[in-house]
Amino acid sequence: MDAIFLQLLNGLDKGGAYALIALGLTLVFGTLGVVNFAHGALFMLGAFCAVTFQKLLTISLKVRDTSITFFEAYKEQPYLEIWFGELGSTIIDWALPLSILLTIPVMLLVGLAMERGLIKHFYKRTHAEQILVTFGFAIVLQEIIRHFFGANPIPTPAPDIVSGSAPIGAWLGLSESLVYPWWRIIYLLFSITVITLVFAFLQLTTFGMVVRAGMQDREMVAMLGINVERKFTIVFGLAATVAGLAGMMYAPILPPDYHMGMDFLVLSFVVVVVGGMGSLPGAVAAGFLLGILQSFASMNEIKSILPGIDQIIIYLVAVLILLTRPRGLMGRKGVMEE
Amino acid sequence: MSNLVLNIKSVNKTFGGLQALNDVNLEIEEGKVHAIIGPNGAGKSTLLNCCIGRLIPDTGTVTFDGENIIGKKAHEINQLGMVRVFQTPEIFPDLSLLENVMIPAFAKRDGAYSLNIFKAAADEREIINEAEKMLNELGIQGDHVHHHAGSMSRGDKRRLELVMCLIQHPRLLLLDEPTAGMARHDTNRTIELLKKIKERGMTKIIIEHDMHVVFSVADTISVLAQGAIIASGTPDEIRGNPIVQDAYLGGAHL
Amino acid sequence: MNFSETGNNLKLMLIFSAVILTMPLWLAPIGAGYPDLLQKFVIFGIFAIGYNILFGLTGYLSFGHAVFLGIGSYTAVWSFKLLTMNVLPAILLATIMAGVAAALIGYISLRRSGIYFSILTLAFAQMSYNLAYSVLTPITNGETGLQLSQQDPRIIDRAFSTAGEGLPSTELFGISMSGYSGFYFCAVVLIIAFFFSLKIFRSPFGMKLQAIKSNQTRMKYTGFNTRPYLMTAFIISGMYAGLAGALMAVTDPLAGAERMQWTASGEVVLMTILGGVGTLFGPLLGVGIIKYFENIFSAINEETLHHLFSFLPGFLESLMVTITAPFVGEGWHLTLGVLFMVIVIFLPGGIMEGMDRIKKRFRHQGDDNDPPGEGVDQ
Repeated sequence: MDAIFLQLLNGLDKGGAYALIALGLTLVFGTLGVVNFAHGALFMLGAFCAVTFQKLLTISLKVRDTSITFFEAYKEQPYLEIWFGELGSTIIDWALPLSILLTIPVMLLVGLAMERGLIKHFYKRTHAEQILVTFGFAIVLQEIIRHFFGANPIPTPAPDIVSGSAPIGAWLGLSESLVYPWWRIIYLLFSITVITLVFAFLQLTTFGMVVRAGMQDREMVAMLGINVERKFTIVFGLAATVAGLAGMMYAPILPPDYHMGMDFLVLSFVVVVVGGMGSLPGAVAAGFLLGILQSFASMNEIKSILPGIDQIIIYLVAVLILLTRPRGLMGRKGVMEE
Repeated sequence: MSNLVLNIKSVNKTFGGLQALNDVNLEIEEGKVHAIIGPNGAGKSTLLNCCIGRLIPDTGTVTFDGENIIGKKAHEINQLGMVRVFQTPEIFPDLSLLENVMIPAFAKRDGAYSLNIFKAAADEREIINEAEKMLNELGIQGDHVHHHAGSMSRGDKRRLELVMCLIQHPRLLLLDEPTAGMARHDTNRTIELLKKIKERGMTKIIIEHDMHVVFSVADTISVLAQGAIIASGTPDEIRGNPIVQDAYLGGAHL
Repeated sequence: MNFSETGNNLKLMLIFSAVILTMPLWLAPIGAGYPDLLQKFVIFGIFAIGYNILFGLTGYLSFGHAVFLGIGSYTAVWSFKLLTMNVLPAILLATIMAGVAAALIGYISLRRSGIYFSILTLAFAQMSYNLAYSVLTPITNGETGLQLSQQDPRIIDRAFSTAGEGLPSTELFGISMSGYSGFYFCAVVLIIAFFFSLKIFRSPFGMKLQAIKSNQTRMKYTGFNTRPYLMTAFIISGMYAGLAGALMAVTDPLAGAERMQWTASGEVVLMTILGGVGTLFGPLLGVGIIKYFENIFSAINEETLHHLFSFLPGFLESLMVTITAPFVGEGWHLTLGVLFMVIVIFLPGGIMEGMDRIKKRFRHQGDDNDPPGEGVDQ
């Protein structure tokens, strides 16, 4: 029972990340009609925003280490600590959540620049060309990151206070020994919050209404004289930011490395396809579902019957869905049914 | 009583709450040009799509030379001898005119699938000759057959499409608004082509809005209004029919 | 336009064969005449030619062809381990296995078209990679990769001779397949593979594939069952990939899972597009250029850059080095990515289209006559 609950949490956690990425992908595909193979790279960029912010905060000065007396030893002491003492250390400890200050503007900027500079020239071109150019762009982004940060994963820890595990077993009346890392719970809550905010924005604002209308019928919206161009730019910026935030918060869970974008890309497309391309609730639902599925598939009991199933279960499900119900779980009927 | 090429019996089709086709019966005789006319929304396209396997009627049968074709795939229906022309001319824009006409010829000769890799296309003299001959009838000669098809005018594309159908010597040719969107002189050229085709005794169904076209080429006319056939007969019979005039509500001048 | 008389075929093949077989000679002056690089040209050339038959002629973008490459490699190495070091059974079996895999994956993936097809191939690629990496390790030896060893049974070989010292090398009836002889063997295979693709391009079958790309709905209504056509193209291109993978193992008997990653498929797409998708020579051109410059760029390091810019004053030199450094050495992938984007944005027809446009400028004839990138007889 405990094991199952643990895996469920694990799955929801991972699923949250999948859902956030898939959400952005679907927004872009549904509104702009563009297949963005650079979306995984945006997730990665967000993670590296966290890394950068952390590095910024910990810019250090080489000072004499007075605790070692028998030879001249030096240590690196962050400027923040030198200037602000205890407060400085606390700020550094909280580098990750604080990096949101960097992540949001950076991701917005990247998203807007990308749309204005690249994506908008591909609205009328074929899906294949969109895939190829964004794939190329993803490689460029990835290699730039590699150039500046190296090829190894960079540990980006969460604040000390949440680096341990929460006694959820005790909270929920299950076994006392059941614990789950704090940060992962926070991530789950975070992803649910962002998803809710995005949906609220789409449902409750005029802008959101236009976007939803555009997802149903792009031509119609353009013909109504609404400035579609500007909306597109903003939507893309929004999608990029969501992906970036998802990456930023995921940094403590999976140390960012330059390749993570590509790894998440395939998964996110699979999620989108299972959910139904063009369906936002579908993307979210599929994200969580597939996260849970993958989590359960990696349980030892399952693996002993079907070795390696955890590696391929998501793809098997995708293949199954594409063959039996091509519009996905929640896609509109008639979309892409051959 | 001549052969029935296409026999549509008691076909009904509903979409949601809308009855698109209401107990439609239609007999298409061999060698005749049968026009189907009717006001907008009468169900003409729906009827056509039921004939060519794109839609499955709720009830009724559609038989082609006695064989049931409901639910058959597009390529199967073509191989049986029913060839259709689309409302917007559908050709192969990236290929040359000659290639556009050769492809249907290959389909006719070799069937739905054949792996002919080893003979060069340029060596298929018979098919090339037949294709060139057909293009000549359109006034396309010599080197022009290698022109890029995508850059032609709409009217030219329509006539190319007709030629692509003709080279397959279809048993039944279905034309869905062949002169849609054409100017007067273009329409006339198309009528000339249709008349030429008629001389060969090919069975044709034409769905049309342009009365000039209909009365120039049709042997039989059926009028479809609100999903049902309200009148069927020779052009003269239809011209004077009050029910038909009513249905058009002061539309086309008969 | 695939309208050339058969006589032309013979002339073309003779010239082509001559060019390929003399590569060590005319590539030597630009420093590309050594076996390793030559083999790469030829092997990737085969991969790209096959890929072009699918992507170029039908327009279907597959990310899964690296899988067939991998299967070809693994099969070949197993043939070396179990049967014989003779390369012929290896490449034969590899091509067949790749064909079978292509039939399976193609059967499922081709039930959809466009982006759904691409995502399906993506899913299969990732699945295969994961399987090869961690699940099917008895067959693939996972992370370490599959290699030859002393303990290999090599049944057929043992029947004729006793095992010698050390690891044997791949051979063709006694001729060792490394170095230049390895290159020549691969070159001959390339010539045969090219000839086959030439036939396809100029055949009615090739024309029909292009028609499918141009208007698949029209094809169906013209009486063609398009699915078997697409399957055939898919399987043929898969077999080419398998053959290429086998030749990789012939020249270097090991096989690793990274070969099957979907991003590896990206490389062949780039090469095909750079040269000119859908043209006869485009893919080969693309392979040649990419592999050649990869060779050069990867070898450049900061020192070389400093050397290069040493004629500039101090800080300008450092500036230039800083700007160009990310693009060389390990950063070759960055250059590739940028190149990818530039081509897709500005010259989607590749170099062949570029050459076409230049030709037109000099000829001043009507635009309608020469459609770009249409299997034109170059």
